Amino acid sequence: MIRNIDTVIIGGGPAGLAAACACYDAGVRDVYILERDENLGGILQQCIHNGFGLQWFKEELTGPEYAQRFIDEVEKRSIPYMVNTMVLEITPDKKVYCVNPDEGVCIFQCKSIVLAMGCRERVRGNLKIPGMRPAGVYSAGLAQRLVNLEGAMPGKEVVILGSGDIGLIMARRMKWEGADVKMVCEIMPYSSGLARNIQQCLRDNGIPLKLNTTVVAIHGKQRVEGVTIAKVDENRKPIPETQEYVPCDTLLLSVGLLPENELSRGINIQMDPVTGGPKVDENRQTSVPGIFACGNVLHVHDIVDFVSKESVIAGKGAAAYCQNRGTEAVSGGVSLNPGENVRYIVPQKLVQAEACSLYFRVGSPLGAGRIILRADGEELAAKRFIRAVPGEMEELPISLEVAEKLMSAKDVVLSAEVSR
Amino acid sequence: MELICILCPRGCHLQAELRDGQVVVSGNSCPRGERYGQEELTHPVRTVTSSVYVANGKGKMLSVKTNRPVAKESIPMVLEALADLQVAAPIRVGDVILGDVAGTGADIVATRNVPIV
Repeated sequence: MIRNIDTVIIGGGPAGLAAACACYDAGVRDVYILERDENLGGILQQCIHNGFGLQWFKEELTGPEYAQRFIDEVEKRSIPYMVNTMVLEITPDKKVYCVNPDEGVCIFQCKSIVLAMGCRERVRGNLKIPGMRPAGVYSAGLAQRLVNLEGAMPGKEVVILGSGDIGLIMARRMKWEGADVKMVCEIMPYSSGLARNIQQCLRDNGIPLKLNTTVVAIHGKQRVEGVTIAKVDENRKPIPETQEYVPCDTLLLSVGLLPENELSRGINIQMDPVTGGPKVDENRQTSVPGIFACGNVLHVHDIVDFVSKESVIAGKGAAAYCQNRGTEAVSGGVSLNPGENVRYIVPQKLVQAEACSLYFRVGSPLGAGRIILRADGEELAAKRFIRAVPGEMEELPISLEVAEKLMSAKDVVLSAEVSR
Repeated sequence: MELICILCPRGCHLQAELRDGQVVVSGNSCPRGERYGQEELTHPVRTVTSSVYVANGKGKMLSVKTNRPVAKESIPMVLEALADLQVAAPIRVGDVILGDVAGTGADIVATRNVPIV
């Protein structure tokens, strides 16, 4: 049986929850959330540390508390949802095929869809570290789930590869649960995690951060017995003379996140090779009309408050599309191009002259400078920064006046220029 | 002394110095940063988050936090007090799990709803 639903939200994490509420509030009452896990809330449920919500709620919350606030909003609106539900396929005419243990296969025919599937961790297979395949190699997020939700410790003597935020948070978490956390190795000359996590997770707990260092071998047959680490040169090639053996029973990997876009690729949504997510316009509409994307499936965020903000835009867009106010002309519009020191921009294009914000990341750590938006060489908007790092997303607000000028431009470039 | 403010994701790089018995802070972008710098040099505090076992609830663990920051040196005692704690469902966000944990004056409160099964 095919059920007709105005808007289906794929994913019940922070992105999906905020998008569902925004869609409902914009007048679409027939919204449905599909969630793979047994609870709503997504990855926030295992992020039990504090530091969430300062921008959105103006107070400091833990992950589960942040999630609960949005779950309460969903319940308040009586927005229906199905958990333990895996979406198998979506089609360009907006059918959603999913399966769950109670109802079997369900098919929804929707007017609009919001993609909010989040992201996945890169794993050992992505890194090609030589060695046997002993137990004790975990992605940091898996270890986080085991410790915080399952009540199980993955190991006692821990080396962490990668200094992304999850790796830093897990360094402290494992230490606080009694593990000997020996070090965090980072192949780059800087950490991709937030500066405050370097302080409160590593420095506070006396855990060394080894920059320009990677794991070149994993030892042990049944269980990890140790790893060999080595310094890397400027081309990130390990330097053999610097090899060092570190005994440990556990290696946690915090080596990046990949937006989970199998469903999007299945219907040939245009992707941005840099973000790993769909290309979207200012309403977060993808190249397939009526399909919107937000949160970590669109680009990996460092702060959930930005996810909520972005998802409200996508939810409103999906509602407008249902109400036939959608912008069908998704092939038109003006492209926003990353220039000097800018790695990517979301949205990738604008289709209407409206005030909005551009979100972007720089390619490497920068000292003081200016963010400059130029249209055909003319400076239209700018913002100063004291420092900028790839781990922290930046925002540049665009006024209606600037947006109008952009719409008639041929070449729009955003660059981050360091003061000489 | 160089510090990184941990009060928000911005992570301002602070300079904090003792001058005539007063802590002088620079590099902060808001008043909270100044207070953080002063506290960090006089009596540093942290919010502690952890999880405890829960009986007869949906899910095995209950996530918890101190309802206010505690002295940094008391963190091991707080964690010790939580190590063998087991609580019973149902629990609502904000419920006090353990009052005045390790003599810090802070309460351990639930950060998750755990329905009974």
